[in-house]
Amino acid sequence: MRLATCLFLLASASSAAFAEAPADFLAGYSQEAKHANPGYTAPSVQRGQRFFTEKHGHDWSCASCHTGTPTASGKHAVTGKVIGPLAPAANPERFTRASKVEKWFRRNCNDVLGRACTAGEKGDVLAYLMSLK
Amino acid sequence: MNALRSPSAAVAAILLAVTFVAEADEDFRAAVRNPAYQAECAACHVAYPPQLLSAASWRAVMDGLGKHFGSDASLDPATHAEILRHLEANAGRRDTVAAGKPQLRITETRWFVHEHSDELPRDVWKHPAVKSAANCAACHTAADKGDFSDRTLRLPKGVHKK
Ligand code: HEC
Ligand code: HEC
Ligand code: HEC
Repeated sequence: MRLATCLFLLASASSAAFAEAPADFLAGYSQEAKHANPGYTAPSVQRGQRFFTEKHGHDWSCASCHTGTPTASGKHAVTGKVIGPLAPAANPERFTRASKVEKWFRRNCNDVLGRACTAGEKGDVLAYLMSLK
Repeated sequence: MNALRSPSAAVAAILLAVTFVAEADEDFRAAVRNPAYQAECAACHVAYPPQLLSAASWRAVMDGLGKHFGSDASLDPATHAEILRHLEANAGRRDTVAAGKPQLRITETRWFVHEHSDELPRDVWKHPAVKSAANCAACHTAADKGDFSDRTLRLPKGVHKK
């Protein structure tokens, strides 16, 4: 939790206009979440982990394809195709391109929750993924 | 599932199979190399050779990406148009229809069923190492490159020809 706050503060100092590193995305989500909910404080690694591993009323959790250990490769729940690790520490290409990140959040949240993820949820997930080494 | 109900259907299927094989190899490989197609249609499964469905079938597949075999595979309009163009340009020339509707699955086309029923047992698709007929790479180890030749065909452990 402390790490996430730390990262958040670091990231806020830099510009979130061109999100190119995981920390930029984290800062952007936090700002958006605050905007939507004044009571919001900071992303939470614990909330993120819970969100990632639990089901949300549908067949899959995020972990169904990305595994409960996102530093490892996952497998698509239907097709079996290998999916590279989601944690930036294990896969430096993750959270470096806004178009890709937002496209997959849109699709996967729709599959797992039947709706879009909120900025707060995205921030929590990312804080969790960034906490993994 | 049995597409070969009549002798004429069987002959048609064999002709189809022969034509496919003759034109296949290089065309498949070239068509799956397309960058947009690779980026968007090879994330959840291999990029299937566009030649294996008709243009009408590809249009139907692309029309339904929001609910694509139980997954959300939706695209922005520009990318959608680019990929549809690529699929239409390389689509198979023969109809892939069933009950008057364009088929969405290569694995349900008459050609596919015929090509895969000679040597493989009926229940092969349910084997845990295969999981789904759409998982081409379980047997065609270079399917991701559009290579379906005998050279790269390796049945997974525990799967036997009949
Ligand atoms: C049915 C399988 C499946 C499920 C369930 C799933 N994902 Fe994914 N996810 C994928 C695939 C496939 C990709 C794209 C392939 C790749 O980039 O390696 C992907 C990519 C991503 C990316 C892109 C990251 C980047 O920068 O490359 C994010 C973010 C992501 N998923 C988050 C999630 C979250 C959050 C959940 C749960 C709400 C989730 N996924 C559930 C299959 C899944
Ligand atoms: C978010 C994941 C995802 C993406 C992205 C995706 N697909 Fe699929 N696709 C699936 C799943 C899941 C299946 C069903 C696989 C199965 O039954 O084993 C499937 C099946 C198919 C099939 C039928 C396979 C068969 O049984 O013959 C075709 C054709 C297909 N996809 C085309 C495409 C095209 C074209 C694109 C790019 C525009 C695309 N897919 C992108 C998940 C995806
Ligand atoms: C369970 C294993 C298995 C799976 C999965 C599988 N195939 Fe095959 N495939 C075979 C076998 C066995 C043959 C027959 C080879 C022969 O007769 O020489 C074959 C033949 C072919 C051929 C003809 C190749 C030639 O040179 O004659 C093509 C093309 C092909 N498959 C495409 C596909 C596609 C596309 C998929 C996925 C949608 C797929 N296969 C899934 C086992 C499989």
